[in-house]
Amino acid sequence: MLRYANPKRFMDLSGKALPWLASAAAIFLAAGLYLAFTSPPDYQQGSTVRIMFIHVPAAWVAMMTYGLMAVSAAVGLINRHPLADAAAKTAAPLGALFTALALITGSLWGKPMWGAWWVWDGRLTSFLILLFLYLGYIALWNAIEDETRAARATAILALVGAVNLPIIEFSVQWWTTLHQGESIFRRGGPSISPVFLWPLFAMAIAYTLLLFTLWIVRIRTEILERRARSLMLGLS
Amino acid sequence: MSTMFSMDQYANFVWAAYGVSVFGIAAVIVWCVRGYARAKARLAELEKNAP
Repeated sequence: MLRYANPKRFMDLSGKALPWLASAAAIFLAAGLYLAFTSPPDYQQGSTVRIMFIHVPAAWVAMMTYGLMAVSAAVGLINRHPLADAAAKTAAPLGALFTALALITGSLWGKPMWGAWWVWDGRLTSFLILLFLYLGYIALWNAIEDETRAARATAILALVGAVNLPIIEFSVQWWTTLHQGESIFRRGGPSISPVFLWPLFAMAIAYTLLLFTLWIVRIRTEILERRARSLMLGLS
Repeated sequence: MSTMFSMDQYANFVWAAYGVSVFGIAAVIVWCVRGYARAKARLAELEKNAP
């Protein structure tokens, strides 16, 4: 795996993969949106069920991004691999965006269904903490000038913050909440109708592909910026 | 097509959620693409001036 983590090799491979990833993301996004807007209204939730097709994928991708960021940070911390540090650093703004989208769309879904924009329950609060972890991680990277020290400090923060992921996942089982429990990946199969599952899966794949496309672009940007910085040091 | 835009009394919430998502995702795409183009141009400039 680390063989492919050579920056030059990464630039070559990712350059070839990017157009395919971006095209697949666009296709799944178009298909997902079409299925989302042609799905029937839910018998209880009416048309607000359509918010699920963007809220749930955003939440999944936000958590997945944090997991990927923590793994990259751990690899960077253990193996002192600069590409792993770059991967962790560049994942954070994308994760923060998807977390913010999950929170905002969740709020827009909560108001008509629960009668409240926000409740301080386990799921919502732990998700808000996820946003603060991302913002804290980004702030810490920007606060430390020395890249090696910044990578080490942020990696520790990312790893400590990873404890929030199981809390988010199991919060709906551990505490009383307005948020609905697990309804897709559960024993006995999904509890929602296939007519809503297909658009949900299409959008989840689209968001995941979009994340990887943008993440690769950001890592490539970081590699180019590091090359530019080392050239500047050589010139001065 | 008519099913697509029939949204009952919750239309504002649904359109607002999709609007925020489209805006957020479009903004981050522009940010990523422009950042990459800028980094590429800066590196090319430095390589041109390198001895």
